[in-house]
This record gives sequence, structure tokens and C-alpha cells, in this order.
Amino acid sequence: MNSSEYVYLDYAATTPMDPQVIDVVEKHFKNTYGNPSSLHSAGQKAAKVLYNARTSIASLINADRKDIIFTSSGTEADNIAIQGVAHKNKDRGNHIITSSIEHHAVENPCKFLMKQGFDVTFLPVDKFGLVDPIKLQEEITNETILISIMFANNEIGTIEPINDIGEIAKDNDVIFHTDAVQAFGKIPIDVKELNIDLLSASAHKIYGPKGVGMLYMKNQGIRQNWGKYIDPIMFGGGHERNMRPSTENVPGIAGFGKAAEICEEELPIEINRQIKLRDRLIKTTLDSIDDSYLNGHPKKRLPNNANFGFKYVEGESILLDLDSGKIAASTGSACSSASLEPSHVLSAIGLTPQDAHGSLRVSIGRFTTEEEIDYFLEKIPPIIERLREISPVRK
Amino acid sequence: MGELKDADAVGETGNPVCGDISYIYIKVKEVDGVEIIDDISFQTFGCGAAIATSSMITELAKGMSLDDAMKIKREDVAEALSGLPPQKMHCSNLAADGLHNAIKIYREKREA
Repeated sequence: MNSSEYVYLDYAATTPMDPQVIDVVEKHFKNTYGNPSSLHSAGQKAAKVLYNARTSIASLINADRKDIIFTSSGTEADNIAIQGVAHKNKDRGNHIITSSIEHHAVENPCKFLMKQGFDVTFLPVDKFGLVDPIKLQEEITNETILISIMFANNEIGTIEPINDIGEIAKDNDVIFHTDAVQAFGKIPIDVKELNIDLLSASAHKIYGPKGVGMLYMKNQGIRQNWGKYIDPIMFGGGHERNMRPSTENVPGIAGFGKAAEICEEELPIEINRQIKLRDRLIKTTLDSIDDSYLNGHPKKRLPNNANFGFKYVEGESILLDLDSGKIAASTGSACSSASLEPSHVLSAIGLTPQDAHGSLRVSIGRFTTEEEIDYFLEKIPPIIERLREISPVRK
Repeated sequence: MGELKDADAVGETGNPVCGDISYIYIKVKEVDGVEIIDDISFQTFGCGAAIATSSMITELAKGMSLDDAMKIKREDVAEALSGLPPQKMHCSNLAADGLHNAIKIYREKREA
């Protein structure tokens, strides 16, 4: 490990762009200036770029190309899915089921809908962060119009039982949305096999550019089906199957497409490589530091996520010490935001506020090397030791 | 930094929900009839700002008379650190309260 380098272990927050993606984006910034809605050749050239990107992205989740719509972000895709389904189906019912560990991009649209009279159930999770499909089934009523449960959790990496959830949603004729921002491109996803109706994803989590996302919308490809079970939440031109007006971000979308292509190519090898790195990272950290534990499920977790609890110390202090040691990681503590409450995810899996504040998320990616993991493993024990020396809550 | 073994008083303060707990240890001696803080240290469970404010208050208060140390306000701690973001201002409260609690406890002990 060269000491002048910076070890980036925060891939769950965002990823560096793949150099091949940068080439594609740059090329289209320079050459593909036409508006994809224009009938002239410059426009049609841009439309072809969208077509290709849509094809690559659809292929990664076994979707039909026409069922993919581009958005500005994963957050926007979540908002369209939740608010769009709620408004379209409010005559059928007013009940939405989600989990208590969703990303804010799902949690807060749901809370907004509550103010408008919708009834939202936040399903509890077990100590690993897993939703119980039996509980989900029990909560479904005649009023239930939408189930929104994330594919994998952004903080603790737990992969939800999407197969069971999709089946329950289908059997009960309820629309099923999943926020797959963390899972997309990292683990195999088949929207048809899993009975997923709506799926959100984001480019910047898979080595693509920021400011680009997508929503998979089942059966929305054919014009007759447009808006059948979902309304747009923004109004303007007829772009993206009438669901998301505004001229598409062509270079960004081209980059998203390329990023998806690379993910599909590398997925089988990358999964195994990252699981090996992750498991060594977890085992060695827990072995070398007393009173430490793993948050999330030991097996049903994303290949790139480790989330540690270190008793008697606070996450942000660990983060700052790691940063001084040229390592970027993340914490579950919300102390940097205006609210001082600990992470709702760590609280939902049963951690005390004090323990929740002592969590550290280490997320790896395509460019993470064995040497970088070694470097982290060498740096972390003395940091925890020093912080414990000045901690009054040490046993 | 760390526990002060022969401290005369310990001031505890904190809020475990926001993640901060702080102990301020003081050792007092009398010089020309004035009680001054001879030695001071801290232990803090908290974010970077909480640790920084705890550390700064020990720097500010060392050698001060107890009366002067009681007058240290949270703004003084924040200012000594060249400012804190608004959402971290409560961290400087933690440090000032910890010191004031330590002094109060010391005085109660003396009167007892």
C-alpha cells in the first residue's frame, strides 16, 4: 500500500466512474447533442443512444427494454413509483406496506402520503434486518395497493426475501415496488422470476455518472398500457412513456448503459471476488478487536457490504480517524445531519442508541484490492483502541 | 486526556440518544487564597466535535480560578475552535456543562 494513496471503502455511498464509462460519456457530450425527440438525424442519433442504453440496462435485470424509463436519480424513481401508484390507485384503496429500514427516498414519500390520508404500515425487521413474509401477508387488507420493500439495505447490506415478497404481492394482486439501488448490478436480479412490478436503480452506484437513475415499470412498454396502474408525478412533454417529462440526459444515460454492460459482464467473477474480500475483512476485524460485532445478516448480505459495531466508541470519531489515515468509510450515525437521532435502520434491528452510534460501514467495490483490505485491517485496531481510552462508557 | 486518577471532582454530562457522554475531571489547588484548576482531563464518547470541544475546554480551563472557569460559555469553546457548524453547537454545551458540573460537585464536597 503506497502511503500517498487514498483507500476508498465507501462504494455504497457512491462509486468512482469506470474509465470505460467516462470515455462513453465524454464521447456523447462531444458528439451526441441532438434531442432524442427530434425527427432529424441528429435527434435520431441521440434516440439510438437511449435505445442501446435501455437495452443494456433491461438485460441486466431480464426486463423488456421498453419497460425501462430514465430518471434523474434513484430517489426520483422511488418517488415516481410510490406517489405514482398511490395517486393512480387511491380509489381502490389507501393502504401501503413498506419496511422500517427503507432508504429515506422511500420512507419520506410514504410519510408524505400519510399526511394526505394514506395509511402506511412500516413492517418491523428481525435482528438481521430481514422482513418476515408471513407478517407481510398478515398486514395485507382489501385496501392495500402497494408494497414497497427494498432489495438490499444500504446500511447493513441485508438482502430481503424478494422472491417470497413478490409471490405474496402477486397472489394478493398488490403492486410490488423494490428500491434496488444497492443491489442492482451487484447481485443477479430477474424481475420476471421475482414478480417485481417496479424497480428503482441508480447509475452512480454502479460506476456510472451521478444524476441518472431508472425505474423499471412492468408492462408499461406498450402504448395502450401507459398509465394503467401508475400516474406520473411530474407533467410536461411525453418523454419516457409519458411518465417522466423532460429531455433525456443523453450522455449520462449512455454512461449508465455502459456501466450496466460492464456489470453484467463482470458479475459472476466480481460477486465471488468481493464475497471473499468481504468475508476476510469481516473475520479479521472481528478477530482483532474485542467487543466488536457484525450488523446485518452473515450470509444474506450484499457482496460488498460490511457493517461493524464497536462498543464504547462513536462512529463519526472512527470515521475522522480513518480519514486521517487515508481511508474513506461511513457511519450509521446521523449526528452530522440536523437530527441527532441514531440510524433508523440500526434502531430497527434492535441496537441501543449508544451501540447504533458506534457503527461503521465499510463497502468495497470493483477497484478494491487485497492490499487495500490489508491496509484497513492494519489501521483499524489502534484507532478503536485510542478512542476507547478516552471513552467514559468503556466497561 | 483520559481519566485523572486523583481528581477532586468529576463532572458528568451527556445525552446517549445523540451519542455524546462526557466526563470532566478536575484537580483543584489554592494559590494565594484563590482556588484554581491545577489539573484537568476528559473522557468523551462522542463525535469529532464532542471530543474536540472536551479537549478544548481542558486547555481553556487549566490554571483558571474556579470563578473564572464557571464563566466559560459554550460560545467561548466554539470560538476557541474557530467556530462549529450549527448542528454541532450542542457539543460545546456538553463541554461547558461538564466543567461547570465538576466545579459544582467540588464546591458541594468542600462545604459538606
